[in-house]
Amino acid sequence: MTKTITIDGNTIPFEDGQTIMEAATAAGVYIPHLCHNPEYTPHGSCKLCTIRVNGRVCSACTFPAAEGQDVLNNTKDLNDDRQKITQMLFVEGNHFCPSCEKTGNCQLQAVAYHLNMLDNHFPHFYAHRNMDASHHDVLIDHNRCIFCTLCVRASQQKDGKDVFAISGRGINKHLIVNAQSGQLKDTDLEASDQAAHICPTGAILIKRTGYSVPIGERIYDHKQINEVSLAGESSALLKEKDHG
Amino acid sequence: MQQFIQNLAAKHQYQATHLLEILREIQARYHHISADAIELLAPLLKIQRTQIISVVEFYSFFTDSPRGQYELLISDSITDHMLGKKNLMEYIVGKLKVSVGGVRGDGLVSLDNTSCSGMCDQGPAGLVNGYALTRLDEPRIDAIAELIDQQIPLADWPAEFFQVDDNIQKLGLLLNKQIVHGEGLKTALARGLKATLAEIDQSGLRGRGGAGFKTAMKWQFCSEEAETERYVVCNADEGEPGTFKDRVLLNSYAHQVFEGMTLCAAIIGSKKGFLYLRGEYLHLVDKLQSVLDERRQFGLLGNNILDRLDFDIEIRLGAGAYICGEESALIESLEGKAGIPRNRPPYPVSQGYLGKPTVVNNVETFYAAAAIAVNGGDWFASVGTQKSKGSKILSICGDCARPGIYEYPFGTSMQEILTDCGAEDVLGLQIGGPSGTFISNQEFDRKLAFEDLATGGSFIVFNNSRSILDIAHNFTHFFAHESCGFCTPCRVGTSLLRQQLDKIVDGHGSAGDVVALEELCQLVKTHSHCGLGQTAANPVLTTLERYPELYQSQLKLISYEPGFDLDAALETARRMANRDDAGAHLAQTDVE
Repeated sequence: MTKTITIDGNTIPFEDGQTIMEAATAAGVYIPHLCHNPEYTPHGSCKLCTIRVNGRVCSACTFPAAEGQDVLNNTKDLNDDRQKITQMLFVEGNHFCPSCEKTGNCQLQAVAYHLNMLDNHFPHFYAHRNMDASHHDVLIDHNRCIFCTLCVRASQQKDGKDVFAISGRGINKHLIVNAQSGQLKDTDLEASDQAAHICPTGAILIKRTGYSVPIGERIYDHKQINEVSLAGESSALLKEKDHG
Repeated sequence: MQQFIQNLAAKHQYQATHLLEILREIQARYHHISADAIELLAPLLKIQRTQIISVVEFYSFFTDSPRGQYELLISDSITDHMLGKKNLMEYIVGKLKVSVGGVRGDGLVSLDNTSCSGMCDQGPAGLVNGYALTRLDEPRIDAIAELIDQQIPLADWPAEFFQVDDNIQKLGLLLNKQIVHGEGLKTALARGLKATLAEIDQSGLRGRGGAGFKTAMKWQFCSEEAETERYVVCNADEGEPGTFKDRVLLNSYAHQVFEGMTLCAAIIGSKKGFLYLRGEYLHLVDKLQSVLDERRQFGLLGNNILDRLDFDIEIRLGAGAYICGEESALIESLEGKAGIPRNRPPYPVSQGYLGKPTVVNNVETFYAAAAIAVNGGDWFASVGTQKSKGSKILSICGDCARPGIYEYPFGTSMQEILTDCGAEDVLGLQIGGPSGTFISNQEFDRKLAFEDLATGGSFIVFNNSRSILDIAHNFTHFFAHESCGFCTPCRVGTSLLRQQLDKIVDGHGSAGDVVALEELCQLVKTHSHCGLGQTAANPVLTTLERYPELYQSQLKLISYEPGFDLDAALETARRMANRDDAGAHLAQTDVE
């Protein structure tokens, strides 16, 4: 017999070893997320995928599905809180969507639209963050980093390298690269690496491709992030890789 | 330096899990961890430089730029403030001619704040090159300034500067009845290990760190794991401000703590244990090592313990990170990484240190377990309440005549404790430290118990001269400083909380700001990844619940006040335009 959980009252099948996120995605149920990507070990840090399992607050991307779970996902309370968590990410860094070359392809921006985020709500931190333009083909703009570690994981798990890491504590967290100089140009990162393409925001960008797809024709200009996500995040990534 | 690091790595057998220990020694020798040191160390330990950098940048006691030859840190706990820390710090700055956070020009001395150093009963306290300083006052600072100027080695400083007293004020069930060394193990082996676990179950012993998980159940789960390489970890990362009972247990009752760990090892089938000691308790290390040596000589530790068991204990030091008191962060730290709490499940009992089944318990839990092995479960369970069996060891400090260590049966009222410690004219109490609860003087009939007022040991008394908002302010800043930064709600939320509370306390708040503060509190509490974030809003929530009028009275009678100083924000523009006339200034609000 198939094992099942319920999400917002709907019965969803799952297999042993699946997380709630995996079971939901397989069943066509979208749970908002940023640090999660189905191809990598879950991280559980952004907390956008917060759900309630039998009343208890859990992260869908890391919590194992188990028989008898009654999950709340698409509720007003949870979406309100997810919106506030997204606003936290916006005020922590420096995100100026209209002037960012990732606009329209940015998951942070797309999830904010999906959650109907209309302002930043919290006071801005105006954090002083630098850029690293040293690499010939790849740019890091630390202003837009949300510490999801997808680049860290992609470099380790897909590229067989160890280019990125997150360092620092608390609000001083920051992305570092594996070079004595501390500069991206002195790492073994190549533009073809998965790590160079995985960033859900505009923190890691491929140079000279920013506007090869015009604004208005980008992934999230026409589709909501839930549609794109459910259609397969990996195919979305490939598309982005082809079109910049 | 190359030779030093080469020898150091060899001494630690090139183990990356020893990274914190190795970095502690580099910091002690060079007063920072230079980029060159990292480049030398990474290949020796076969890890990436990024792992070392992330550890250096995570722990407060590591720095990437040079500190003074005498690294002076002053404890920033609320209890140090109540003992005059603020004025003392100003005095130190003047006397030593060094700024807070700075290094003196001659490179001899550096000064900074540090989170509660666990000397709340004998503050204001500090650390010099990691060693605890107690009872700091102006004459003592004068003497220290002299010693530093003459570059006298710490070993030749007056011993009383480093004297740490136990201050045991009230003995109870456990402290009254020390077990004879080895008695717990011998009794357990004679009774049978299964039967001994049943006694611990019968005792109702729950984790003494504050969370209160049933000890017997934890040990049982771990012993049932398929993987047979298992670990015992004693959590002595006592970082909750106001807590110092583990300091005393380890100073004067370490045999019984280690006996409890060995008992756990026998029951779960472990060969290796760790005492994870907070870096602030560096002064205890030599003494603890000699206790371990004694136990090895007595045949109570090492190979073939009582002809039945192989088990040894290694002491590992932290490096200034409150989060490492969280058990999975502690395990990460033991593995030589930044202390970031893991996702759970899996729990440490199934996948802990190096992914192996691991029991992590508080110092007091092991201490109690050893006594229960000797005296039986009923002896322990006869004391306390239905849900909280036995006794609790408290560290009491703040506004009372007799700060120190007190042991009480669970169920004791706050009033009784306050009378014993000589507290008068009390405003309220902080039970369980900043992550716990503030109670007002209308609630002193409440009881010490998991089901009423739970605490890992912290018990801070405030008299009527203290300000509630100052307390909430100190605690809220503490959490923002100690957040590991892993999850969004805590990383950003604790900083936003600090900012929002400061705005109100500093008198820039207006209508709606208290509501916004409370909303933020709920968000951080509900969605944070671990206990730190889930409790970081407690100082505000528990005081706001009791004294809403206090917060409201801070607000201005206008509907909106900018959250920052408008006029100060124009300073750069004024400077650039070379203007300072009236037109180049802005009032904070139209009303004013």
